[in-house]
Amino acid sequence: MAWQRKILRVDLTAGTCTQEALNMEWAKAYLGQRGLATKYFVEEVAPSVEPLSPANKLIFATGPLTGTMASTGGRYSVITKGPLTGAIACSNSGGYWGAELKMAGWDMIIFEGRAATPVYLHLENDTATLHDASDLWGKTTWETEPALRKKHQDSQLKISSIGRAGENGVLYAAIINDLHRAAGRSGVGAVMGSKNLKAIAVRGTLGVAGIKDPKAFMKATAAAKKVLADNAVTGEGLPKFGTQVLMNVINESGAMPTRNAQDIQFDGAKDISAEAMHAPRVTDGKANLVTNQACFGCTIACGRISKIDQTHYTVVNKPEYWGASGGLEYEAAWALGSANGVNDLEALTFANFLCNEDGFDPISFGATVGAVMELYEMGVLTKEQLGIEAPFGSAKALTYFAGLTARGEGFGQEIGLGSKRLTAKYGHPDLSMTVKGQEFPAYDPRGIQGMGLTYATSNRGACHLRSYTVASEILGIPIKTDPLATEGKAGLVKAFQDATAVFDSAGICVFTSFAWTLVDVAPQLEAACEGDWSLDNLNVVGERIWNMERQFNNAAGFTAKDDSLPKRLLTEAAKTGPAKGLVAGLSKMLPEYYSERGWDTEGRPTAATVERLGL
Amino acid sequence: MAEASIRVTLKLYASLGKYLPEANRRSNQIALEVPATSVMTDLIAPFAVPPAACFLVLVNGVFLPPGQRPTAVFADGDVVAIWPPVAGG
Ligand code: SF4
Repeated sequence: MAWQRKILRVDLTAGTCTQEALNMEWAKAYLGQRGLATKYFVEEVAPSVEPLSPANKLIFATGPLTGTMASTGGRYSVITKGPLTGAIACSNSGGYWGAELKMAGWDMIIFEGRAATPVYLHLENDTATLHDASDLWGKTTWETEPALRKKHQDSQLKISSIGRAGENGVLYAAIINDLHRAAGRSGVGAVMGSKNLKAIAVRGTLGVAGIKDPKAFMKATAAAKKVLADNAVTGEGLPKFGTQVLMNVINESGAMPTRNAQDIQFDGAKDISAEAMHAPRVTDGKANLVTNQACFGCTIACGRISKIDQTHYTVVNKPEYWGASGGLEYEAAWALGSANGVNDLEALTFANFLCNEDGFDPISFGATVGAVMELYEMGVLTKEQLGIEAPFGSAKALTYFAGLTARGEGFGQEIGLGSKRLTAKYGHPDLSMTVKGQEFPAYDPRGIQGMGLTYATSNRGACHLRSYTVASEILGIPIKTDPLATEGKAGLVKAFQDATAVFDSAGICVFTSFAWTLVDVAPQLEAACEGDWSLDNLNVVGERIWNMERQFNNAAGFTAKDDSLPKRLLTEAAKTGPAKGLVAGLSKMLPEYYSERGWDTEGRPTAATVERLGL
Repeated sequence: MAEASIRVTLKLYASLGKYLPEANRRSNQIALEVPATSVMTDLIAPFAVPPAACFLVLVNGVFLPPGQRPTAVFADGDVVAIWPPVAGG
């Protein structure tokens, strides 16, 4: 088995760490990571739980392929009830921390309760101890990581922590590991902060034992790696240009939400694109991009490492920001840039550094700033309230707000609540570009219709990583569909949702799916794990996970009414590009989607569906 | 009678940008005046872009399917944007 068969339960109220056996019946039905941890969560936590209360739990979970030789096998997920949405939250991260946890001998850690004072968990293989973290509270993730390595005299310690945003209750606070990899969305970092849990420092030297058939596994992973290497997207496109290559693709396609989704194309897109990151700067002749970087065991290496121009206003006299660090991915570049009409690449890179340094989601942050800028231009918010003039396009306002939000100061406290609460407070709830309280990412559903259904039905609030139909609708992977058509999208979204649930539960990166399908994943799981991991069963496992999450949300009070989109997308037509004149055609897709899912008209799984999936 | 010509903007992105003349690389685009009968391969031929490297082709933002690329002609003012195999998320 590629599972370690062992979970750690940490009761923060009592200050105890207890080892438990992994429930193998559940593992065979829910695979691992997202699926298996969510199963534990829904069994143990009431759907009505207040997300920031001690009764909520926070689970860090690996998958069976985490820490193995499978390409991209370094992933972990954080599962909880999200404070931004009130829905199930599940945020996935790469880097090295997940593999380290697995190699320390654990499949997952369940945190419950709340510590009376700040603590961190130190794991050295089997030995788990809670330590006082009073001296770390108030520190950034960039300060916390070296401080813990120094304290434990262990340069190999891998650390997952929150920055000040998580401590200050930013509702979209992230959990950061390896300095710039993030369990980014839905506010999992705020839950960690509410538990007075600053960090988890792990050292694992045990490896991942018990692969079911090591020879077959070597063969299966080697074959799958060849598929990634031979594929032009995963073998060349992603390593060279990263996800940021989409900036010009989506803009040319007329599907880029711009200036709080008032427009659908951004004339500054070229200035903040992958191509711009590669081009030598006029100021110092150096490119923003320094190199690419891989997460544990990844043979794609899409990560961006950037350096900010030392003469840029954001970092003048701030040498702590002159070094190379995590650069812009497409979603961050869009949210910090296009969503606010800002085309200053260095300013976006700086704001992104702050998101990593103090742990908050650049998508929700950037999209909330977009709403603030619209309210400012309407005269609803003033310079006096904000502390700065904040018209669309102001890089200065963007970076100023990033600093305030990171530190929990001034108007940053309101931005930290997300756009749903902020726009409601100022009387314009329709200006919040959210679904279930979470800001939608970098694809406009008026220009990519499948993404409208994706956002509306995503179990963790608006998100692209639950069903990336952009692959099909824009890029033609695995087959090309028309982005402006609503026909056929219900089935497409369902297929993407179910398959993605499997990738997220296996311990591998969803970006492999640009080259792999479940046909490539199945042999790796079959060789590694006991149980039935045939293609047919994997499809059922994915569907089971999706429905389990949905049932939790329904029990938490969500209804079909919440499967909607911001009014702007449904009523204000795209002004330019191929989608000119179109709104998001959600009502044409949603009933068909419910029916394909085996749900009633209220969006509840029918008794037959529940039984078929063994829920 | 001289063959009718049209103006087309050719955009070459990601690793295809290197095929553009030096002065056009930062903007990733070049304005062309070409015979009205030109198809995609005619647009890229002067820049020695390998046709096999053209993965995603958008004409005014609309996907041009591979099957239509050898025959589809353009209208005056069209914007033709081309990428090698790319994806993101
Ligand atoms: S593809 Fe990118 S995000 Fe995924 S594991 Fe590799 S480097 Fe990390």
